[in-house]
Amino acid sequence: MSPQTTPWIGAAAARVDGPVKVTGTAIYTGDVALPELAHAVLVQSTIAKGRITDMDIAAAETAPGVLAVCTSDGSLGIGRVASYYSADNGPMGDGRTPLSDAVIHHHGQHIAMVVAQTLEEAVAGAERIRTRYRHQSPLVRIEDAIPQTPPGREDIVRGDLTTGLAVADVTVEAYYETPPQHMNPMEPCTTTAHWVGDRLTVYDSTQYVSGVRDALASAFGVPPANVRVLSGFVGGGFGSKGTVWPHVLLAAAAARLVDRPVRLALTRPQMFTSCGTRPATRQRIVLGAHRDGRLTAIGHDGTSATSPGENVVESTGGLTSILYACPNVTIRQRIVRLDMQAPTFQRAPGRAPGSFALESALDELAHELRMDPVELRLRNHADADPSSGRPWSGKHLRECYRVGAERFGWDPADRTPGTRREGDVLIGTGMASATHEMDPGPAAAYAELRVDGTAVIGVASHDIGTGTYTVLGQIAADVLGLPPERIIVRLGDTDLPEAPPSIGSQTVAYVGPAIRRACEAVRDDLLAAAVADPESPLYRREIGAIEFGPRTYVAELARIGEPSVSAVGHHHPDANSRYAVHSFGAHFAEVAVDALTGTVRVRRMVGAFDVGRVINPRTARSQLLGGMTFGLAQALMEATVIDPRRGHVVEPHLAGYHLPVNADIGTLDVLFVGEPDPHISDLGARGAGEIGVVGAAAAIANAVFHATGVRVRTLPITPDRVVAGSAVGG
Amino acid sequence: MRETLGLTGPKKGCDLGQCGACTVLVDGRRITSCLTFALMHGGREVTTIEGLGGDPEGDLHPVQQAFVDHDAFQCGFCTPGQIMSAVALLAEGHAGDDDEIREWMSGNLCRCAAYPNIVAAITAAAGR
Repeated sequence: MSPQTTPWIGAAAARVDGPVKVTGTAIYTGDVALPELAHAVLVQSTIAKGRITDMDIAAAETAPGVLAVCTSDGSLGIGRVASYYSADNGPMGDGRTPLSDAVIHHHGQHIAMVVAQTLEEAVAGAERIRTRYRHQSPLVRIEDAIPQTPPGREDIVRGDLTTGLAVADVTVEAYYETPPQHMNPMEPCTTTAHWVGDRLTVYDSTQYVSGVRDALASAFGVPPANVRVLSGFVGGGFGSKGTVWPHVLLAAAAARLVDRPVRLALTRPQMFTSCGTRPATRQRIVLGAHRDGRLTAIGHDGTSATSPGENVVESTGGLTSILYACPNVTIRQRIVRLDMQAPTFQRAPGRAPGSFALESALDELAHELRMDPVELRLRNHADADPSSGRPWSGKHLRECYRVGAERFGWDPADRTPGTRREGDVLIGTGMASATHEMDPGPAAAYAELRVDGTAVIGVASHDIGTGTYTVLGQIAADVLGLPPERIIVRLGDTDLPEAPPSIGSQTVAYVGPAIRRACEAVRDDLLAAAVADPESPLYRREIGAIEFGPRTYVAELARIGEPSVSAVGHHHPDANSRYAVHSFGAHFAEVAVDALTGTVRVRRMVGAFDVGRVINPRTARSQLLGGMTFGLAQALMEATVIDPRRGHVVEPHLAGYHLPVNADIGTLDVLFVGEPDPHISDLGARGAGEIGVVGAAAAIANAVFHATGVRVRTLPITPDRVVAGSAVGG
Repeated sequence: MRETLGLTGPKKGCDLGQCGACTVLVDGRRITSCLTFALMHGGREVTTIEGLGGDPEGDLHPVQQAFVDHDAFQCGFCTPGQIMSAVALLAEGHAGDDDEIREWMSGNLCRCAAYPNIVAAITAAAGR
């Protein structure tokens, strides 16, 4: 840390963007006011597979206020941009060029766009378009498709699974199913685009401003420097804004076509077919263990759905390879190609469905062994990363179990299912482990000291609700010795130094150190010049002995007559670290299951997490509360229902797709365990954005089993599935 | 309201009356503004988040301040609607206990799931 200790790191500071958010003055992409702003509306395919044979746009073209009607004839001149999942590792979520041909790849594919003076006129124009199709039967059920090995992906094999099962005293084999889920951030994806000559300015609701810039530059054949992408406030992402989706290119194309600013906002129903999904998975787990609980074998086969064109893999087995010490492990990942839009990473990709299966199976094993599930996990604790043999950068999982169990009041003796009843409800408790791997990304950042005693820091990162404005300001305050209220934090602008996308829980972990480097550089540059200057009162002083703070900076800047000085700092995390960098945690849940209807309510949850250094316990706690609730929703509510014959989303709206409401949430407790991670960076922070999700659904499913004796292996755990287990409902 | 009057505080989350991000008060009663036309409310008083009088640079409305103090939001997109609902809830006398607040705030979705903090903020604003 800084030579001069400050109170800012670890302070539970209120969000600096709080006042603008609570007054409704924070400007999101859809709030940007531009003169002459026109509106684009998308028309989407009503079939899932086939071809457009005819599209009648005459009535739309003559509708009041309509400026342009674009069809799937490729005339928009959008160049091809590589997808995130291709060998080129481009920024697109789906590499198909929008409105480029008449082939229909999925229901809800964009097939036309209407641009009009007002939103109402654009909607009215779009409703006048008539489309005929040649329809083919889509393949949309995971069971109907043939699993393939994803290109370039090898099975993970350690030891020998067959041998491991042969020597086991107890084996468990189970099959788990998870449905497609949609991110559904409260802010629908929105793009506002404005060309001036060959320069493009785009306001976009994105987790990846530099990806949007690169995609637009390639699509329209202009240098990236000609494209500026702004995203000051983002109304949630959860992965849906982590890659670039076709509507972003269409908004820019529309603005170029009508030569005025254009806004394109996806509707809530369009959010179900336009910006990715967590794909459905089918998983088989086999476990073998000695009587004392030590694992002898883990097999995890996961199959996930993807589109015909993209090799998106929902890596359900990723955490299985590192979570427990076991000599014989086989992890196989397969994909099936369905007639759907390319799926994408949703909060805790792979790990959310993967942990449901693995941690449910561990619970099944604990039940077979008549062992406390916490004890079973302790006996299989991995002291080093089993997948690589590397030491952990920091791991306090044992403490997570202990501290979580203590706070929860976990009773290891009370593990017989179906024994606690309070009136009409059956009570049960369950637990699960959590882990999240860090994926290092390089970042750069900007820092400026100003003669008025303030500082500006900036990075092309984002605040998607994560508290980035607040937390990066605290990190800068610590280095500069300025109070956070004197630090202006700029985010969401491609004119700022480049950072990774705000995905993978990596912003604080990797952008945070870049902010430190930038702040150290600007501070030390100024002070180094001062101590070398005989005119300065700081001449020949030792930099470390100088008071870092506004007095020093203001005096020195005033003396040299500069309004400000600035510097850029870089952080290059070690991609070949000799440490395995993961966060860890443990969830404990108590459920009440209605004995007659099978309705499950989560009464309370405790999550204990080791995420390294916590820069701001207030915002970090909120992220983890949100993550645990995401897991609760995965366990009990969320599923996108696809019609098996026609391939459409049956209820693409928030009354049909169930998100938790306030009344669904009982008491949630978040505990921070552990200490600064000495090996990830000198900041010592790992991420907190996703680990709250991992394992939460399993803890709830395990609690449902404990309450009822019914093991539900298909998510979500709806009342019918509990009742079908027959222990209740009578 | 958003396009013509430039009152962009109320947000468009679904346009279907399902999410509550567009909540405003009409004569003190909370409604989802996406499901209504201004024409239908002639002569009535419509209050958006802008109408609470909070100043981002200065004093906030007590409910706004409570939301800041209790970290009752993350991305902030649903927040204007949550706050308008909370203001109405307090006027309705529905802040009796946590469960009552949870129930009467359940028309406003928050995908970031700041729910426990929203309950804490409303409890504080109610002076309990």
